[in-house]
Amino acid sequence: MRDAKKRLRRTMMFLNAHKPGLIKDPYIYGADSLMLDLEDAVAENQKDAARFSLFHALRTIDYHGAERIVRINGLDTPFWKEDIRCAVAGGCDGIRIPKTETAQDVKIVEQQILKAENEFGRPENSTLIMAAIESARGVVKALEICEASKRLFGIALSGGDYTKDLHTHITGTGIELMGARQQLVIAARAAGVQCFDTVYTDLENEEGFREDVNTIHLMGFDGKSIINPRQIRIVHEIFTPKEKEIIFAEKVVREIDSKKAQGIGVFTVDGKMIDIAFYDGAKRIIELAKASGVYEGEL
Amino acid sequence: MKNAVGREIPEEILKITGKEVFHGVYYYDGYEYRKDGPKTRCVVNSDGSKLVKTIHEALVKCEIRDGMTIGFHHHFRDGDLVVNMVMEEIHKMGIKNITICASSLGKAHAGLVPYMEDGTITGIQSSGVRGEIGKAISEGKLKGLAVMRSHGGRVRAIETGEVHLDIAFIGAPTCDDYGNCRGIGGKADCGVLSYAMVDADYADRVVAITDCLVPFPNFPAHISMTKVDYVVVVDAIGDPKKIATGAAKPTKDMRKLMMADYCTRFVTSTPYFKDGFSYQTGVGGASIASTISLAKIMKERGIRMRFGVGGLTKPMCDLLDNNQVDVLLDTQDFDLDAVESVKDIRHFRISAGEYADPFNKGAVVNKLDFVILAALEVDVNFNCNVVVGSDGVITGAQGGHPDTAAGAKCTIVLTPLLQGRIPAICTEVTTVTTPGESVDVVITEYGVAVNPLRKDLLEAVKNSGLPLKTIEELRDLAYRIAGEPEKVEFGERVVGIIESRDGTIMDVVHQIKPFRFKEEKNILPEPVHK
Amino acid sequence: MEIEKAAVAGTLESSDCMVTVEDGDGNIDLVLESTVIHQYGNQIRHVVLDTLESLGVQNVKIKVVDKGALDCTIRARVEAAVYRSAGQSEQLPWGGAIR
Repeated sequence: MRDAKKRLRRTMMFLNAHKPGLIKDPYIYGADSLMLDLEDAVAENQKDAARFSLFHALRTIDYHGAERIVRINGLDTPFWKEDIRCAVAGGCDGIRIPKTETAQDVKIVEQQILKAENEFGRPENSTLIMAAIESARGVVKALEICEASKRLFGIALSGGDYTKDLHTHITGTGIELMGARQQLVIAARAAGVQCFDTVYTDLENEEGFREDVNTIHLMGFDGKSIINPRQIRIVHEIFTPKEKEIIFAEKVVREIDSKKAQGIGVFTVDGKMIDIAFYDGAKRIIELAKASGVYEGEL
Repeated sequence: MKNAVGREIPEEILKITGKEVFHGVYYYDGYEYRKDGPKTRCVVNSDGSKLVKTIHEALVKCEIRDGMTIGFHHHFRDGDLVVNMVMEEIHKMGIKNITICASSLGKAHAGLVPYMEDGTITGIQSSGVRGEIGKAISEGKLKGLAVMRSHGGRVRAIETGEVHLDIAFIGAPTCDDYGNCRGIGGKADCGVLSYAMVDADYADRVVAITDCLVPFPNFPAHISMTKVDYVVVVDAIGDPKKIATGAAKPTKDMRKLMMADYCTRFVTSTPYFKDGFSYQTGVGGASIASTISLAKIMKERGIRMRFGVGGLTKPMCDLLDNNQVDVLLDTQDFDLDAVESVKDIRHFRISAGEYADPFNKGAVVNKLDFVILAALEVDVNFNCNVVVGSDGVITGAQGGHPDTAAGAKCTIVLTPLLQGRIPAICTEVTTVTTPGESVDVVITEYGVAVNPLRKDLLEAVKNSGLPLKTIEELRDLAYRIAGEPEKVEFGERVVGIIESRDGTIMDVVHQIKPFRFKEEKNILPEPVHK
Repeated sequence: MEIEKAAVAGTLESSDCMVTVEDGDGNIDLVLESTVIHQYGNQIRHVVLDTLESLGVQNVKIKVVDKGALDCTIRARVEAAVYRSAGQSEQLPWGGAIR
């Protein structure tokens, strides 16, 4: 479960679970995670039908290693419990809770998941959780949400609802999201879980999207929710470590490994002062480079 | 008898047509023959006009009679009004047993179906047929055999005399009273008259039909007065909206973009991609997208195209505007930008014969480095089908597919792995139209397969990072997703033949048969009584 | 299961199918239209009947208008229509009768 929680999730692509044309082979686009949606994308009167197509998609379609997360309906709806039964029975990798506001929300969902795992003979704790934060209250409670369950691998900002709650709207500049982004990523890091940014809906504005992804990458996010496969390549490009970074990280790891043996604490690599505090970051770059398919070195 | 692509050609069809089975793409190389010629009626007098009042009068003067063969071109595409207009008149005159020999027929010609049913039209020879008329042929409504020929194959058939045109009707966007025709100008501006040029050369009688009469001389003429017997002026020869559309917006469909990306990466990884290369592509979203991305790489690497050829679209003409290609060779224009580009002096009109005829002393296709094509189906032997839908109904046209595939050094076919549920990569195509020996690469959104015959290409792209797969792997992927399709069951009667570009028989098309469930015994539970 | 009332599920979009069920005349009466009937007609029929058997439906008039749906979609739409007709949308037998 630990490994599953830490997997690479640069892109999470939303797909309406009710649309057969969308869910039959979305893995070809190469998103790290697929977000099979029972919530907003599905019309109120199709909630039941969407579950059947979700169930059979999970059971029969080979998603070629892409992670399959199911976004269930909100805890304030009559749908979410059956959504969980269906998704767990189908064998999804994780459940995304919408509109999470408290640790209690996560715990309630966790109980239902456990119940479903037992009912359908799935291994206990095999189903992960991620929580979407869509309100000011959720942002304020981010840390407790992050720490609410050992199944929880990350939190995601959902910008549309959040900005409404904040009495503003999506401007394209990112100003309205600054506080929430900062708080969420800090909370997630403090709790040792991942953090994902909201969708960027202006598909025609490639430059704007690039800037947006650059920003959240520098802020420390692990990935971004996306609504169109055309966005995948751009996110992956930005999240893939550059050659220079990889070479430097490789040197740092090697140097620290050898200097540690010699008992030396501080030294220089390429003229930069390096100590043990650089180790985890360098390791992470190597891991990310490996996962992105650009590193074939020995580390 | 089995032909070189493993298709069983019924003996009876060989007997009726007097044709051979397909023996391979280069079987006729070096073949000698004497060309057919038209029976020409000289105009020595100087009365000065070839104008006749109506199509009816033209038909009478051409001595129309039962059993004649009439030529048409398809430069007006789905906007064509000429074929229907002429056939309506022939029908009114009670003429029977007409063979239509058109460079192509499409949706615009649904009106011909009743004439097939009443025996006015008993033969159809065309690049292909779409829509209602294809359905009618597949249902067995045509008395004779439909013959599907490539653009080059049609020229060959006419030049060898395999088919002799009694009368050709040439829709001309502009024409003078002495028969000088141009593809440019007027209301039905289609840019070029490439497919009609062989008709003008070889038909006994040639009628130009226009809706824009201009003063003599309409020069430079695309088709000369020296070949035209009569000129008819009508209200409209085409619907401009359906002749050339505005340029297609670049596709946003990610699957097509992936195919385009793979295509461009493939092209640029081969040794043929160097200064002075030549290129032809199609009108599909993926091929247009790949032309756009190819232009970018040409710029980056400072590589120039020597010539682009074919049915042209905006992205190809943009290469000319941006000075990335020396010349364009034009057989057809698919959008208004291409029509407009014809005016550029580096944009040359060529005839269908110059473009693709295998039976002249060498056509442009033989000089192609790359051709980018599409297909309805491709099988594990790389045979392509572009004419018969996987439901068995004739629904497409050969166009220049087999011609360019045979000529080009690197023939690339783009197709999504699945067309709806139907695997486009399959064990055996419904009908072979282009033999696998001339198809080098198949590109789908799931991966790229190189014909094992092309070890050189495989070697060239092995480190390109492209998702290389065998054609069998692609087929297996498709079957795993969609399930293995059952073969369409046809009736006994042969309704059409797919002619190879050299005139041999590539395949036959059978009449369709209504679908019946296989299991005769009732697998349903016994009825319960409430 | 019994068909309580007429019900529909699915759409006529590409890769989908629309399934209509209503009370039968004591048996299974299947009408199938499909854009891929020549290649997959037998398979689709098999999937529909197999799904009905799993659900224990023996008395139904069922119409399937298929636009190239994969087997898993056909199953999902038949089940959705049947459970709608029975008015049941919770505590469904996932992995049991629905399989």
